[in-house]
Formats: sequence, C-alpha cells, structure tokens
Amino acid sequence: MKATLIISDEHHLSTHFNLLDPLDSPDSTHFVRRHANSISVLLCVDPTPISSDLLDLLPALRLIVGSSVGVDHLDLSDCRRRGIAVTSAGEDVADLAVGLLIDVLRGISAAGRFVRSGFWAKTGDYPLGFKLGGKRIGIVGLGNIGSQVAKRLEAFGCIISYNSRRKKPSVPFAYYANIYDLAMNSDVLVVCCALTEETHHIVNKEVMAALGKEGVIINVGRRALIDEKEMVQFLVRGEIGGVGLDVFENEPDVPKELFQLDNVVLSPHSAVATPECFDALEELIIFILKAFFSHEPLRSLVELE
Amino acid sequence: MESDQLPQVLLPGKPAVTTLLGEEIFMSDKFDFLKAYESALPLHQFLTTHAHKIQAIWSIPATPITADILRLLPHLKLVVTVTAGLDFVDLDECRRRGVAVANAGTVYSEDVADVAVGLLIDVLRNISAANRYVKQRLWPLKGEFPLASTMGGKRVGIVGLGSIGIEVAKRLEAIGCYISYNSRKKKSNVPYTFYSDVCELASNNDALVICCALTDQTHHMINKQVLLALGKKGVVVNVARGAIIDEKELVECLMRGQIGGAGLDVFENEPEVPKELFDLDNVVLSPHRAIFTPESVKNVCELAIKNLEAFFSDKPLLSPFIDDSY
Repeated sequence: MKATLIISDEHHLSTHFNLLDPLDSPDSTHFVRRHANSISVLLCVDPTPISSDLLDLLPALRLIVGSSVGVDHLDLSDCRRRGIAVTSAGEDVADLAVGLLIDVLRGISAAGRFVRSGFWAKTGDYPLGFKLGGKRIGIVGLGNIGSQVAKRLEAFGCIISYNSRRKKPSVPFAYYANIYDLAMNSDVLVVCCALTEETHHIVNKEVMAALGKEGVIINVGRRALIDEKEMVQFLVRGEIGGVGLDVFENEPDVPKELFQLDNVVLSPHSAVATPECFDALEELIIFILKAFFSHEPLRSLVELE
Repeated sequence: MESDQLPQVLLPGKPAVTTLLGEEIFMSDKFDFLKAYESALPLHQFLTTHAHKIQAIWSIPATPITADILRLLPHLKLVVTVTAGLDFVDLDECRRRGVAVANAGTVYSEDVADVAVGLLIDVLRNISAANRYVKQRLWPLKGEFPLASTMGGKRVGIVGLGSIGIEVAKRLEAIGCYISYNSRKKKSNVPYTFYSDVCELASNNDALVICCALTDQTHHMINKQVLLALGKKGVVVNVARGAIIDEKELVECLMRGQIGGAGLDVFENEPEVPKELFDLDNVVLSPHRAIFTPESVKNVCELAIKNLEAFFSDKPLLSPFIDDSY
C-alpha cells in the first residue's frame, strides 16, 4: 500500500500531495531524494513499516502523522533520536473504548432497543445500569491507546491500573506484572495492546474467571487478544458481566450467541473514525500542518519513550 | 404513644424508589411517614384532615406540589425530592410561603453527565446503530458500516452550566472537545467561552448538550431557529427535560436532514416517543434513566432522609435547592 509524503513550503503554507510507495518503487525513491530537503511531514495510511533507511532519506522530516493503525509499525525511539514528532489516531480508538464501556455499564444500546420496540410505553422502566465513577479499570497495554483511554476514564472518576511488558516509571497508575493479578483487582479490563506471540489469547479463561461475574471487558485492540470461544461461554453462562468488542477472531463473522445478549455491544471494526478517503485526509493534514507550522501544540502527539 | 410525638412527613404518592430499594428506606427514628396513598380518602381530603401535622413533604413527580396543595398545608415548611429536576414543584409559591426545598443536589450529576457523554459518543461514533447492524447479521452481508465522525476537536456547547453541565465539560475536555456554554448569566471562575444567546452558541458549535432546568424561560428554548443554526452536521443531546426542546420541530429537522443527529434521554410526553425517530440511525433513544444507577438511587434516598432529619433538628439542610443550572 501507500505512504503519502507531504511536501510543504513553509513560507507559503501551500501543500502539495503526492502518493508514493517509497518501499518498492525505484521512481519514488528518486522522487524522495529529489525533494528530500523539503519533506517535513510524512503521512502513514497503512501499517507498512517505516524503516530507518527511509528516515535516513528524509533529513528534514519533523512529523509523522499516523492515521488508523496505531504506531506499532514505527520505531518510536528512533523517531525520538531524530527529533521527529509522531501523531496518531489513537484517540479515536480510545473514544470508541470509552463509548463502548459507557454503553455496556449503562445499557445504552439495550435501553434504546427497549424504547424502539415500544416497551417503555407498555411495560415501564428499563432496569438500572451501573455507575462508572469509582470503577477500577485495568488497562492491558499502556501504550499510546491505553494512555488515551486512561486519561479519559480518569475524568469519569474511574481508578486506573495497568499491565504492560514493563512498568512505566513516569506513570501514576498502579502496575501489575501479570494480567491475572490485574484482572483480580479490576472491575473492567480494557484491552489495548499490540498482538504478539506473548499476547495471543492473553485474555483467557483464568483471566476472565479472575475478573469475575460482574466484570466487563472492552477490546479495541487486535482480534486474537481474547480467547473468543471461552469468552462466549462465559457470557452465555452469565459468568461475566458484559463485553464491548470492536474486533473478532473471524471478522466479519461474529459468534451468533452474542446477538441476543443485551450486555454485549458489538462494533464492526470501526475503531477508527478518521476517514480514509483522500478529501477528508486532506482536511486532517491541513489542520495538523497549520498547527505544526504555527508552532501550536499538536493534539495527538504520541509519547516517545 | 411515642410515635404521636414524632413529626410527620407526608408521602403523597408511592415513590418509584420503593420498587428499586424497598420500603425500608422510609424509616427514621426522627420522624414518621404519613402515606396518603394508603388512605381511601382522595388526596385533597386527606391533606385537609391531617394538615395540622404536616411540616414536610417527600414529593414525587406524579403528585405535583401546586399552589392548591400548598394552600391546604399552612404548617408546611419543607419539600424534599429525590429528583434533580423540580418542574413539578411550584417554586415561586414555595418561596412566597417560606417553604424550603431540598432536592438531589449533586448526587446524580456524575451519572447524568456519564450518560450525556455516552449519548454524544454514541451518535457521533454510531455505536448503537452499528451494534444493531452487527446483531442483525448485516456485517458479512453488506460490509463495513458507514464511517463515523471523530470526537476530537469537536466544539460542544453546553446549555446550562450547573452541576451536571460542569461534569459534562470535564469529561468532554478529557476527550479533546472544545467547550463553550450558554446560561442566563456568565459564570465567573469558569474557563469556557460564554455565549449570552443560545442561537449563537448553536452557530458556533458542532454539538449542544442540554443540562439546564425546565422553567418558563427554558421551555422550547431549543426551537427551529436554534436547530437550524446548529446545522446539518450538528448533534443535540438532551438529558434535562423533554420540553426544553420543541420536539415536533426536532423530529422534522431530523427527518429532513437539517441536523446531524440526536441523543435523547427525555421527551415531551414520556413514555411516548415520536415513532418517526425509531428508524433513524443517527438518533439514540434512552428511556429517562440517566440518573438510574443503584449506587446513586441509594445515595439520593439517604440524602433526602438526612435533609429531613436536619430540618427536624433545626440544622441546615444538606442540599437546599439552588437554581444555578441556567
């Protein structure tokens, strides 16, 4: 697929878009070399890895704009070394995680269905939901997306803790070295980590049992992070409180047992709101560039460790 | 008998909270409840018979505290409710008669704010609509659900910056929205942009969140002009009272695509909801339950009891009604 290079003339703030694939087209490498000194922003629309070699070709690069795919394909410490800032659409994913959590805890979709089927007028009030404030949220993977989720849920009065490969020293939240302990001490798990050999089915039967009968799981990460078959069993048996899912092991096929469950909210892999169509990307780019070249703070900066 | 010496609190109707929490909440060693709904007498007659004993009322929306009722109770000094809204209490008449009013205070504010934000995210990110889509097995059939709109950078105008509005603002700021507000008077010590006119608020925002009380002034305040000013991509969220929005106009604007979407917890004629809204994917409907979590219901009942106990011990009320939402 393609990575787009944006060449911007600082003096005139004019933007000039070229769609290039710098990785397998010799012409584009030539193009890059020709314009290297004026390429200050790189836009990534898919997870093609951005290698050190490419960054070597772009000495003037100051900003990488990520879109839908998180930042797993970037070497963040390399970017930091080179003084390149990185933005990403991690916030869109975090917003969806929060939206799904409110929906599951407060029963918004389910109550909506209740109204639309005419039951409110006929049978009276829909059952109570659960308060968000004071809930203990366990974030699995405190990367860019996990941090954005934490920031949002703190504003709702939730208590944040996390599990990650390594403890993060500058972070004020409680750290659990393993996900089982995190689940034992949480009311909600929000799964935000990357998929690796280690994290495959990281949310398994033991973790779900540890989370407990009223526990809620939100997955906006990758499909195979949760043992989906086990999860369905837990839900069907009422051994877990509810789930909000944006990803599924065999998308677009979703286990049909989930369709009748009111404590389950399903999203067809739409964590990213940012449109992929070129026109809207242009709008986003202009917005970010204006901020970047006016030395204004950038909204979606990724913290580079 | 000792119980004859305890002050009496009138319960004009059976409160909904008894269904949720049982009748045990209506116990105190400092006063007795006088349950009018258990009497065969019609309310007015019951009141006339017991008027000399009644100093306080635990009021519910089903039995409004009108000027007529107040006239029948010359010894009344306090009205308590477990609701945030007080549109069923004649506040002017209470004021004239020196009757204090205590409501839910800020007990519900967080829960209502959570739902307000949940409804806004739902409309912008299509959460309920996409949930329906997947559960109707349309994903494998019809492919990707239409793209949603990002929350980040959205300008949100809060109508009424009281205790609920402030909680909404706090949450939306953490999500990266830009907050401004409209109320009768500008509020000091608040970092958000103030608009003195709700139409101007609408023109300068991508979404409106209604958090104010229903009064004569705010009735149908969100009218056709305001909705058109909000615009084709604009979203309105209402967790306050249905009648603050001109519902007929809202439905027409939605049907005609003149506004972008709506998230509604309240309606003009609950539980009746305009049927035209049922088929609209850009509308999220909630059966007036933004306050309903078990934690808050319990807390608000305890608060009401504490208010009554304070009153009868000549201590200050814990949550006297202060009209600061608009």
